[in-house]
Parts: sequence; structure tokens; C-alpha cells
Amino acid sequence: MTRFIDLTLNGISTGAVYAAVALALVLTWRATRIVNFAQGGMLMITTFIASSVISTSGSYWLGFAVALVCGLVLGAVVERALMRRVESGAPLNAVIVALGLLILLQALAGMIWGNTPRSFPPAFSIRGYDVGGTHVLFAPNDTFTVLVVIGVAAGLAALFRGTTIGLKMRAAAFQPEVARMLGVRVGRMFTLGWALAALVGSLAGLLVAPAVFVGPNQFDPILIFGFTAAVLGGLDSPVGAVVGGVALGLVLSYVSGYEGASLVTLAALVILIAVLMIRPGGLFSSTQERRV
Amino acid sequence: MILSSYKARAAGIAGVIVVAIGIAGCGSSSSSSAPGVSATSITFGSHQPLTGPAAPGYSEIAPASQAFFDYLNAQGGIYGRKIHLTYKDDAYNPAQTVNVVHELVLQDKVFGIFEGLGTPTHTKVVGFLNSSKVPDMSVASGCPCWDNGTSQPYTYGWQPNYTIEGKILGQYIKQHFAGKKIGVFYQDDDFGNGGLTGIKDEVPASQIVSAQAYQPGGTNVAPQISAIKAAGAQVLVDFTVPIYTALGQLASFTLGYTPQLVVSNVGIDPTTVGGLLKTFSKGKAGTALIEGAITDGYLPSTADLSNPWVALFKKIHDRYDASAPFDGNVEYGMADAYTLAQALQVAGKNLTRQGLINAVNTTGSKLLGPGLVPFRYSKSNHGGYGGTEIGQVRNGQIVLFGGPLVTDPTSSGPITPYTTAQPAPPASGVSVP
Amino acid sequence: MNTVLARIQGSHNTLARSLGLVVFAGAVLFIASEALGAYNELQLANGAYYFAVLAGLTVLTGLSGQISLGHGALMAVGAYTVALLIGNEQWPLVPALLAAVALTTLVGIAVGAAATRLRGPYLAGATLAFAIGLPALADKYTGTFGGENGLVVNPPTPPSWLGANFPLERWEAWIAGLGALVVLFVMNNLVRSGVGRSFRAVRDDEIAASLCGLRVARVQTLAFVLSAACAGLGGGLLTVVLQLASPGAFQLELSLSLLTAIVLGGLGSLLGAVWGAAVLVLLPSWTNDIAHSFSLSTGVSANMPLAIYGLVLITAMLVWPSGIQGGVRAVVSRVGKRRGPRAKGAAP
Repeated sequence: MTRFIDLTLNGISTGAVYAAVALALVLTWRATRIVNFAQGGMLMITTFIASSVISTSGSYWLGFAVALVCGLVLGAVVERALMRRVESGAPLNAVIVALGLLILLQALAGMIWGNTPRSFPPAFSIRGYDVGGTHVLFAPNDTFTVLVVIGVAAGLAALFRGTTIGLKMRAAAFQPEVARMLGVRVGRMFTLGWALAALVGSLAGLLVAPAVFVGPNQFDPILIFGFTAAVLGGLDSPVGAVVGGVALGLVLSYVSGYEGASLVTLAALVILIAVLMIRPGGLFSSTQERRV
Repeated sequence: MILSSYKARAAGIAGVIVVAIGIAGCGSSSSSSAPGVSATSITFGSHQPLTGPAAPGYSEIAPASQAFFDYLNAQGGIYGRKIHLTYKDDAYNPAQTVNVVHELVLQDKVFGIFEGLGTPTHTKVVGFLNSSKVPDMSVASGCPCWDNGTSQPYTYGWQPNYTIEGKILGQYIKQHFAGKKIGVFYQDDDFGNGGLTGIKDEVPASQIVSAQAYQPGGTNVAPQISAIKAAGAQVLVDFTVPIYTALGQLASFTLGYTPQLVVSNVGIDPTTVGGLLKTFSKGKAGTALIEGAITDGYLPSTADLSNPWVALFKKIHDRYDASAPFDGNVEYGMADAYTLAQALQVAGKNLTRQGLINAVNTTGSKLLGPGLVPFRYSKSNHGGYGGTEIGQVRNGQIVLFGGPLVTDPTSSGPITPYTTAQPAPPASGVSVP
Repeated sequence: MNTVLARIQGSHNTLARSLGLVVFAGAVLFIASEALGAYNELQLANGAYYFAVLAGLTVLTGLSGQISLGHGALMAVGAYTVALLIGNEQWPLVPALLAAVALTTLVGIAVGAAATRLRGPYLAGATLAFAIGLPALADKYTGTFGGENGLVVNPPTPPSWLGANFPLERWEAWIAGLGALVVLFVMNNLVRSGVGRSFRAVRDDEIAASLCGLRVARVQTLAFVLSAACAGLGGGLLTVVLQLASPGAFQLELSLSLLTAIVLGGLGSLLGAVWGAAVLVLLPSWTNDIAHSFSLSTGVSANMPLAIYGLVLITAMLVWPSGIQGGVRAVVSRVGKRRGPRAKGAAP
């Protein structure tokens, strides 16, 4: 029983991080219909910057804030400088540009900070809560992670549902021509979407870095499982991202614990295919996929 | 859109021909009778994971070897020949390994391959190197598979093989943790499995309560550590690379799990592991989470600057390789380079590929130097160091104790002490028997 | 009647043209293999098996409009099949390669049938999960597949009538080149046939295509199966050329680089697949040479080839949105326009 509880808790905390990455991917998808594979590289860069700020200034929260600001700026710059030029073209071209950017950012990080991963401090203690004399696999820092992810998802839902800017963003993404006629500055909405996405991405990097360390390739699995979670939940749905992330985290934790680590990626394949065969647009697809 | 214009197709084909001719133009220049050797130089090639997930730590090894050769070259090299090491990135991808090794041998015309890193990678070029009669020196992996002088006469291991290491650690566990429950956390490949085999050779099966493998590439190892904790293991044996040693210790910390830790030499380097755990130690040394761990070493501890070899390597590091941390990987690269230089010295002035092989086969077991134990080299036996010494992390540094032990990789082979004193490094160059 | 005759004649023309193309390409390959040194012959062989995979993938993505991030795993299926049949069962080369094609065809049917239900990023996600999930089988069934180490096979032996000193690399280049020519012949015929037209019809408008009586799901599955068979042959040839089948050779990076290569070469075009194969083979060693032509610190020079690769991908997409072949076509049509009014414009 203890073991089941431990695996469940572990699934929730790892799943929360997948959810955060998935949220970032959902945001760019909603904004520009592009799956941003460079997200893993962008959050890696901002986390490296946080690491440098923390080790020079000694303040965790200063590094935290700097990383978020850098994420916001990086997202806007990438959209303006690169993606703007391929957004209207063939969808695959944007995918290739994103992959190119991912590779470039990983190489640059290796040049600047070296290929050896470094330690990254957690916001709060990573000592598991003491429940009846044993420490469970869930620590104050995991509570922080889960709360932050829930907060971000709720914030995004409020933004898209309840604010003018959120409505404009949705309009720009779904019907750019109509939105433009109604006076929405579509380009700005795209930029804003990417900036917000990169902000959420940098947050995901900060949350997961203590558990995977900071290095050019350390976030690769997080990107892959984050994308899997986003597809699982439905790329248009922030709620889907959270549910998909936590569900994936739980399944992978159980499989790893009960069946062995070698089956983890296979389990991800099985659960994804199982869900997509029943709901081809993910768990929370809002529109019925076009069927012929 | 598709192949719509004949002109475009013709242009495309013309372009392909240009590319093909371009390839032809890149062919190598003259080839001497002994490839890679001239009156003033010897060139070796190597494949290394310089980028990608396997790069951390390992990417320091080849530059460290080059630093040692730079030091040697500044003193005139070997018989007036300067040693060059051309190392290429294979990103730990076997397909790329095959290609870069062919490029090194067929195009760059290296004399031999040195320190090719990794089991999944290097096993794919052993056949090519042996059928091409290219010396394949000091493979950087502890796979027992290099140790076959009969079928692979040109391939040599260097570090102790994983089973030998596992046996010696296993014997220590059997003697000092008798009756305690043992859990094993290991990498799911030949390294982890070899180590596990060695442990099982020595420790009674009933004592091993849990053996949990992790996949290199995944980062969540908490389910494995929690399984070992749940099985009640009082001793945790890690056959892990440093990142996973650190990840395992973080999971143990969260679970409040504090078993006696035993870590193989590969995974304990205090500089690396301590660096990864630095921010979790709350003011204490970064190595606090591995303090007291039992491990082993076949080279002197990098912290032991009183050892003349470590002092020499530190001097070379500061002069030629200062951008890397002075850690176990750097020491590995330099000690390995020293062994190759010794073999070249023994092979004599008229260097041939077969001459180098003969030199290692006849004199290899007497090539003493930075290693604490002798090599197992002979005509039929191409395994590397034949043993290791038990050590412990004390005050963040590895302290070796009890004297070096040697054995062979068979399950029945006895473990015996090795008592010959380590020779001091020569004032310059290399010393050979 | 006349139209039927014309159609038959047309298909004869296509066949003849394909045959001509194959003979020409074969001659180029043959001359190149005779003129090249051993290492470049190996690169030629690499390029040939990459072409086999890319030709199928470019038809899948460019013509039928389906994205796949999982073709590296399909190559692995072909590679392991050949490695097991040649290594353990002592099968001769050709039946082993045919078996690889057959098995990947079966896998392709399963994956393709599932894929027809999915669109865009959902298909990308499912195939990506396939790419990372399938290699786990090698770790699970270590006894058969050799775990992390994978399998090693013996190199093919050149027949004795070629002489005792016939270079192995040239023999490998011939085998892989022959495989590539078969793919070229089949695919070139196919893209011009009714099948090719139905692929395009489904890509452009599924509803219109189904109104015209095309069974969309079946057409899409067929495209997937064809590309899977090509990937299986390519993977099998990889095993022949590199003598290995190993999880490390079929990581996600391979699948991503295959996709990159068809877009960079020019999507939907077989010549684009040739360019893509050339990029996959030549770019790594070129970027490596460039990186080492500067004297840089080890950390910088190790990462320089990757940085150049990333930059090339980004700039190429900004400069040539329709890939190298699109760029070539644009140049040719500009030249053509100056000469006469007949030339067509560049593909979108």
C-alpha cells in the first residue's frame, strides 16, 4: 500500500511538470497552429540563465523572476524574428524551423555553459512529508509545483474566457481574417501567445530542473512527455493539458514501479494510441474531428 | 509540384553529379606504407560522445588524453614523433560510430583507434578494425567483450571489466555486510548487468532483496529507489553513471532512506556527483549525500595530490586542459594516454601496426604506471586492469584502503592481493620495463 | 476507346521514362562508385539507403499529406529483421531484405490504419510515441534483440567473380544502390499513376475526394504502407551497410532528421529525396570540418557542428520554403523564362 501511495504521489508530481510543458505547447498551438518543438530548448536556456543568476546573486527568487522575464522576451523574439516568416507557409516548414532552433539552442548552451549538467536548487525542501514515521515520495517542493501548475491553468482559463485580450487571442488564432476585419491586431496576438507560452515553458523548466539537473539535453524527455501529454489531452485545451500531464505521469509511474523502467516509453505509446483511437482529437477536444 | 519540369529534373540530376564528383574530389592524398606514421608524427583516431545525452563527463576524456600527448610532445614525443589524437563526435549513436571510424581509417588514414568510447558504439566497429588489421587500443568501456585476443587480435580493453569490479565490490559486501539485505540499482545495459553478475558471483542470492534497473535517458528513478526501500534493503549498491547516482540519492533523500551506499568506480567521481548535488546540501559539502559510500578505484584518488601521478596529471591539466574540472574523467584520459605512449615506446623506432600489437602482447602486463594494479594483457588475453582497490568517500574525497586486489572475470577466479609498489612517474617521457 | 489507348500509351511512357531514369541513375551510381575512395563509397551506400527511406516518406508527407515522426522506428523493424535473419538463421541477403519489407509492410498496415483516424499534430504525437516506444522492445526482449547493445552482423561478401581485392565498401554501395534504384523505379511510376493522383486528391480535399468515389482511409493507409515498406528496405540496407541493428541507431533524432531531410530537399519530390539523402550524409562531415577549421576551445568546437546544422535548417526554410529542389526549380524556371514562355513557375 505504501508503495502504491508513493507511486501515485510520484506520478502526480512528475505529471504536473509534463502538464506545465503541455500548457506551453497548447498556448503556441492555440495562438499560431504551430507545435513548438523548440520549447524544450527555450526553457533550457531560461533555466540556465536562472542558474547563473542564482549562483552569482545567491537569491533563488531573483533567478526565478529573471528566468520568467527572459522566457517572455524569448518567446516574443522567436515569434517575431523567425516564426512570423513561416506561419503562413506549409505547416511542416514551421516544424523544421522549430527543430532547427531546438538544435541551435542546445549547441549554444553547450558552448556557453558546457555539456556537463549542473545542480539547480529547489524552491522548497525536497524532503518527503513525514506520514506516520515514514517519508512519502512527495515533498513541499512538489506541493509548490502542483499548486503553480494548477494556478497557471486556472489563470489561462480565466484569460481566455473572461478577458477581452483572451477573446482577441482566440479570435486571431481561429479566424485570423475575420479577426483582422474586426480590428484585432492579429500579429500582436500571435506574439503575445508565444510570449505567454514561453513564460509558462520557463516556469516548467524552473519547476523540473532540481529533479533532472540543468544541461543542454537534460530537458529532452520532459519535452517529449510534455508533447505526449498535450496530444493526450487535446492541443486546444489547457484543462486537457493538465489532465493529460497528470494521467501520463501516473501511468508512467505505475508502469515504472510495477513493471520496470524499460517499459515506460512503450507504456506512453500504448496509452496515447488507446486514447487517440477513441478520441482522435485528444481527451478534451472541443470540436469533433472532421470525419469522412 | 511533383517532378513537374523536365528541366528541373535535369538540373537536379546535374546537381547530384556535381555533389558526387565533389565527394570524389575530397579523397585523401598520398598514403604512406605505414598509415598514420611519419618521421615526426603518429596519428590516432577516436570516437567520442562530444554532444548529446552521453556527453556529460565523457566528453572530457579525449581532450585530457590530448593534453597528456601535448605534454609528451613538448618533450619530443616518442622517438621524435609527436602523437596526435583526432577524435570525432559520434553522439553515442552506433551508426555514426561506424561512419566516423571508417572516415578515420579510410580517409584520415590514422595509425590506429584509441580510447573509442562505449559498448553499444564500439562493438559495431571491432569487426571492421580487426579485419583491416588496425590497432584498436584501450577501448573506453569495461565490457568483457574486448578481452578476446584470439578472435579480436587488434582490440584491447583498458579499464577493469565490470564483472571484475563487481566481484571485488561483492566480496567486500560479503565480508563486511554479512547477513544484511542488499538492493542493487543498475543501468540496464552491459555495464549494469556486468556489475550485477559480479555481485551475484560473491553475494548469496538470498541476501539480494531487490535489483532495479533504470533506462539511461529517463530521468524519473524514484519508482526504482522506492522499490528498493520497500524491499527493506540496508545496503544500496549502485552500478550507475554519475547523473543517476545523483538522481538516486535525491530520491533516497526525499524518502528519508539512508542505506549504506556502495557505488562502482564509474558512478562515484566526487567532483561530478558533488557538483550535481551541490544545491541540495544546504551549506554542507556537495558530496554530503554520498559521504561514507563504499567504492573502488584502479587509479589513485584525484584528491590525493601527494601521489606523484596525480600531481603530474594535475600539473599537465593546469597547463594544457585547464578549462575542464580536474576529475576522474580527466585522470582517466591522461592515464590511458600514458599507457598508449608506453606501448609505442616498447614497439620501437620502426613502428608498424603489428609491432604495436606484439609490444602489448609481450610486455603489456609489465606496463606499470598510474594504475594501482597490473594489466591482464597477453597474446590471448586482451582485458585491461586486472583488479581494483576498495575505497570510501570520506570528507568528500575517495580514500582507498586495504591494498589493491586482482582477479579474473570468471565466477570461480580467486581474488588475491597485489603487493607490488606503484612506481613513480619518470622525470620526463614515459618509463617502460 | 481513344482515351483508353492514350492511357495505356501514357502508362507505357511513364514506365519507359522511369526505366530510363533508373538506368541513368544507375550509371551515375556505378561511375561514382568506381571513381570514389573506400570511405566515399560507404557514404554513397549511406546515401542510397537514406534515399530509399526518404522516397517513401516524401510520398507519404508530400503527396498524401500525412506527417510521420516514426519512420526511424520502421527502419529499426527492417534492420532487426535483416540482422536476425542473416545473423541467426543464415538467410541469404535478398530473401532477408524481402522479409524486412514484408514485415514492415505488416507493421505499416497496423500503424497506417490507426494513422488514418488522426490529423496533424495528433498524428505527429502518435508516430513520435511509436518512435520512442518501439525501441523499448529491444530492452525488454534482450535475449532476442541484444538489449542496449543490439546486434552485430557479418559484412556481406563480394562474389568471387569480382576478384579477391574487390573493396567491401563498393560492394555495399552496389547493394544499397540497387535497393535505391528499385525504390526509385517503383515510386516514380507510382506518383504518376492513378494511385499518385488519388494521394494528391485526398491531400488537397478529403471531402471532394470521397465525393469522387475515393475511399479516403484506404488511400491514406496505402500511402503509409508504401512508405513503411520503403523504410523497412532502407533499414534492412542500413544493417547490410553498417553491420548493426541497435537501439542507439534508431533514436528519435533519426526520425526527426528524416522528416527534416525531405522538407529540406523539397517535399513530395523524388529528386528532393535525393537532395535530402545527400544532406543527411554530407552535412555532418562538412559541419565537422568547418568546426575544426577554426581553432576553438574544445567545448565550443564540439558543439559547433550542431549549431551549424540548426542554423542551416532555419535559414534554409526562410530562404527556400520549398526546399532545395524548389530552389533549383525556381532558378531553372527563371533561366527558362528568359529563353521561352513554356517553363512553369516554382512549386508553392
